[in-house]
This record gives sequence, structure tokens and C-alpha cells, in this order.
Amino acid sequence: MGSLIAQVVSVTLMNLGSLRRRLWMSLAMVFASAVVVAILLAFLAMAKGFEATMSGAGSSQIAILMREGSSTELNSVILQDQVNLIAESAGVTRDANGPLVSPELYVIVDGIKKSTGTEANIPLRGLNKIGMAMRSNMHLVEGRMFTPGTNEMIVGEGVLREFDGFDIGKEVRFGKNLWTVVGAFSTGGNIFESELWADVKIIQSHYNRGSSYQSIRLQLENNGDLKPIEETVQREPRLNLEVQTEQEYFASQGKQLQYIATFGWIISAVMALGALAGALNTMYTSVADRAREIATLRALGFSNFSAFCGTIIEAMVLAATGGLLGSLAAYLFFDGLNTSTLGGSFTQVVFSFEMSPDLFVQGAVLALVIGFISGFFPAWRAARMPVVVAFRHAT
Amino acid sequence: MSEEVLFQLKGVSKNFVKGKETISIFESLNMEIDCGDFVAIMGPSGSGKTTLLNMLGGVDQPSGGEVWFDSERIDSLSEGALTQWRARNIGFIFQFYNLMPMLNAQRNVELPLLLTNLSKSQRRHNVETALALVGLSDRAKHMPSEMSGGQQQRVAIARAIVSDPKLILCDEPTGDLDRATADEILEMLQLLNRDHGKTIVMVTHDPAAAKYANRTLHLDKGQFVQREIVA
Repeated sequence: MGSLIAQVVSVTLMNLGSLRRRLWMSLAMVFASAVVVAILLAFLAMAKGFEATMSGAGSSQIAILMREGSSTELNSVILQDQVNLIAESAGVTRDANGPLVSPELYVIVDGIKKSTGTEANIPLRGLNKIGMAMRSNMHLVEGRMFTPGTNEMIVGEGVLREFDGFDIGKEVRFGKNLWTVVGAFSTGGNIFESELWADVKIIQSHYNRGSSYQSIRLQLENNGDLKPIEETVQREPRLNLEVQTEQEYFASQGKQLQYIATFGWIISAVMALGALAGALNTMYTSVADRAREIATLRALGFSNFSAFCGTIIEAMVLAATGGLLGSLAAYLFFDGLNTSTLGGSFTQVVFSFEMSPDLFVQGAVLALVIGFISGFFPAWRAARMPVVVAFRHAT
Repeated sequence: MSEEVLFQLKGVSKNFVKGKETISIFESLNMEIDCGDFVAIMGPSGSGKTTLLNMLGGVDQPSGGEVWFDSERIDSLSEGALTQWRARNIGFIFQFYNLMPMLNAQRNVELPLLLTNLSKSQRRHNVETALALVGLSDRAKHMPSEMSGGQQQRVAIARAIVSDPKLILCDEPTGDLDRATADEILEMLQLLNRDHGKTIVMVTHDPAAAKYANRTLHLDKGQFVQREIVA
């Protein structure tokens, strides 16, 4: 066994030592592997960042109610009497001022993206003081809170970062209405930072919504316990509402964009096939280039297993080097990169690419798979190399 | 089999199939090589010299007949077993040296010892001894590209003898060298045979090279046509 390991180590070191002779082809393999891994990681980092943005917004302490059959706030309608009925329900936290219930409006306005200069949808959320208090991680980072009953609004940090014209003190026109930006807020990087917030009553008035809303948020008495609210909804025929925790709601919204990761894997798999073709060519060339050396070692008594291992390890080292460089490039170019995409409500969700350690592992696995497959068949050829080749080839 | 006979070929035949045609290289070839012998095998191109050398080295298998080595029949061994047998018993010297270009002389000579259970210090000692024997102690750290053809062939000789094999097989060992260097290499082979008792089989085109051997076998159309004792 010791001899076999010594053979494999020696052959591997010799193969790697001879890479200079095949420098450009080897670099091409490294590059192909790097590109495939970098592209995969870019997609996965995008999916991861989006998922983190969505899931970070949800609390299991908060319930969200929307009209039955509405998958998003945008296509939900809730009337004032339904809000009143829910406010009276058991299971809702109450303080000295009454139940912690926030009826909210959610309309779409236009903004100009800094990156492209094109128009994109931004959600304008109308909410009251209770709604704001329910977002426990919300805090103003600049300026002040809007004054209820006025055309003032505050903007999420994501909007400030990605869109033009929302600097504090600026006036913004949406249709016939002129708004003033008075503050910027943070909610710890979650989806709420992609929104504009203003007084719900003013939005009802400007957008002719009467006394209707689109969602109700309420603070649960017991964390995650929706049962009393569900019982109220079932008992009261006027409440054609669906209830879920905010955490569940955003998790389901995030899942809608899981296709990003799937798409990333599909694109990477297709590219990996191209990289494999190139890598196979590189490795077959490597075996041909080393034919006399392989045959000589076999003549000296080295096993065909060592020839096999030496070749496949060479392929895996090249592919893994590419994977490492691809991961590094993905980290340098994409980690923390801010971008926005269309969310579940046809509005822009601002989020950051997130390179987590598990993504690096996935990149490494892909690189090693490329290396293994591209090395296997050339390694098989190396192992079957006729020893007489040692006697045939001239220098 | 006599105790002195190291190698014996009994009625060996070798055929190649090329398309629908079967080409016969040998028919009923018989041969004996004694321990301590130095045999030169000569013959025109295509006479089967290298094929014979390959069979002696366990690199190629005969189509028929028997090949015995030191009372062991080797023509029926599996490829894996033959590989191990080569590692134990055979040292090869090639026409074009076949050194590993990425290894220095010392590491090249050490290669056959990696197949043994010798410790690192034992391996180093054996390598130094082999390099000293071929007069290249001062070139141990040199890469093949930094050495002349004659020096590279001496490294190859050191590699062939370092594990103390019973038989050294040489395939045109001076075919790539000038006359003076060729003579140096042949004198070294003669010294290994005469003073160290190594059994050597050498394939060569060169009658001057064959004169260094104890005897010469002439191969033509798959048969030994005459035997000539040179020394």
C-alpha cells in the first residue's frame, strides 16, 4: 500500500511538474472551470441575497391578512368594517391605546433606476403609527418621520440607493400629487427598504381608495399562534380573508424567485458541458504529451492505477484551481452588490448578492465534478497505455 | 532448467493481426540466456529484435510457446503480475534515455526504488551508489535538459541498476550517441557485466556495439540465423 501511495504521489507530482509544457491548454481548462463556477455562484448569490431580503422581513409575531385568493397585497382589498371586526378578535395584542392592528395600503409608483435610467415600479405603502411600531427593526437613518395628514413620505435605504430623485428634501411627483421626502429609514436590509412610506389616510385620498385597504397587519398575542384569528375569520361571514404569519407570507414570496437558483444551475450545467469538452481535450492532450513518460514508468514497474490516479488528480487540480479563482472572482465582483429585481407584486425589490460559505462549497463541488469527469476518460487511456510506447517514441 | 539459465524461450511465436491479415514475427523461436551473460541481438529492421526484447521484458506477450525466467513461467502472468515482476527483475535502458524531464538525475534514478519498501535514507544511499558507479555523483541535482546525451544515458543506466535487477535490457542504448560517447556507455555496460555480474541483453544495429557483448545473436525473419561468440 505504501508503495502504491508513493507511486500515485510521484506520478501526480510529475504530471503537475510537466504542466509548463502544456501551459496554455491547462490555463484554458482553469479558465473554463473558473467561468462556470463564477457564473453559478453569481446566480446562487443572487438567489441567496433575494431570499435573505425576503425572509428577513417576516416576523412570526405578526399576522398578515389579505382577501381570500390574493397571493400578494397588490391584488387584495379590505374594507374598514373588516378591519374593525379583526381588531376585536381574540389573539390580538392590545396595549393602553387599544389593539395593535395596522391596516395598510400598497400602491405602485414610478421611479427612475440609477443603473439603467429606466422607469421601474416602487411600492408606496400607506400605514399608521402602529404599523410603523410593528416593524421593530425600523429606524430612521436620516431626516425625520412624515407628519400624518401631509404629503410627506420617508424612503427606504434601498430605494435611496437604487433610484434617482429621492434624496431628503426633494419633491417627487406621482401623477397629480407632489410629495416631499423628509426622511430615510432602514429595516436591517429586508424588503421593506425597497418601499416608500407615507400616511395611509393621505394615500387613500390621493388614490381614490375610499376607506379601503389592502392588508391588515396585527401583533399576535402568542408568537405564531394564528388560531384565534382563524376562528374569528371562520365564524364571521363578512371576513373573506386569509391569515398567515408575516414570516410565512414573505417566505412564500421568496420561493417565487427560487427559479433564480434553478436557472443558475441549468445555465452552469450547460456551460459546464462546454467546459467539459475543452477540459477533455486538454486532458487527452496531456496524456498524449506524456505518453512516453507514462509508458516508461509502466515499464519500470509503476502500476496502471498510478497512471490513472495521476491523470485524474491533475484534471481535478486544474478544475479546482479554476473553481477557486471563479469563487474568488464571484466574491470580489458580486458579494454585497446591490441590485433590484421584480418582486411578487410587480414592484422592484432591492437586495444585495450574498456569498455565503455554503455557496463556495457548491462551487467547489461543481469544479471537482468537472475535473473528475474530464479526467476520467483520459485517465483510463493513460492506464491502458501500451508499455511498448516507451520503446517507440523519440524525444 | 539449468540453474545457470536465467531466461528460456521455448517454441515462442508472435503474430500481429493487421486488418484481415495475420503477420507472423516469430515461429517456434528457442533461446537461452545464462546468468551473467551479455548478449547482443542484431538484425535488420523488422526482424523482430524489439519485439523479442519486449517479450523478454514482460512488456509484450507471445502468441504461443513458453517464456521462463529464473524457473518461473512468465508468459501466463496477468498484466498486473507482470508489472510487479518487471519491477523486481528487470532494468530497462532505452535508446532515447526516457528520463523524466521534470525530475533531476537523483529523482530519476530513485524512481524504481519507489516500488520497494526501502526507507527514504536507504533509497538515497542506493541512488548515490548507482550515480557514483556511472560517474555522475556531481550531477545528481542536474535536470536532464542540463546534461549531454551521454550523461543522460548514464543516468538511465544508474536507474536501470539501482534496484539491483537480475536482468538489464537495452534497446539501442547507443543509437542516439556519437561514437566516443557510445564507446563510454558500452564500456560501462561491459563493466557492469564483468565486474558486477549483471546479465545484459542488448538490441543493436551497430556491429561495433555488439563487439562489447559476450555473444551476438542474429535475428532475421523471426529466426536466429547464426551464433557468434565475440569474447
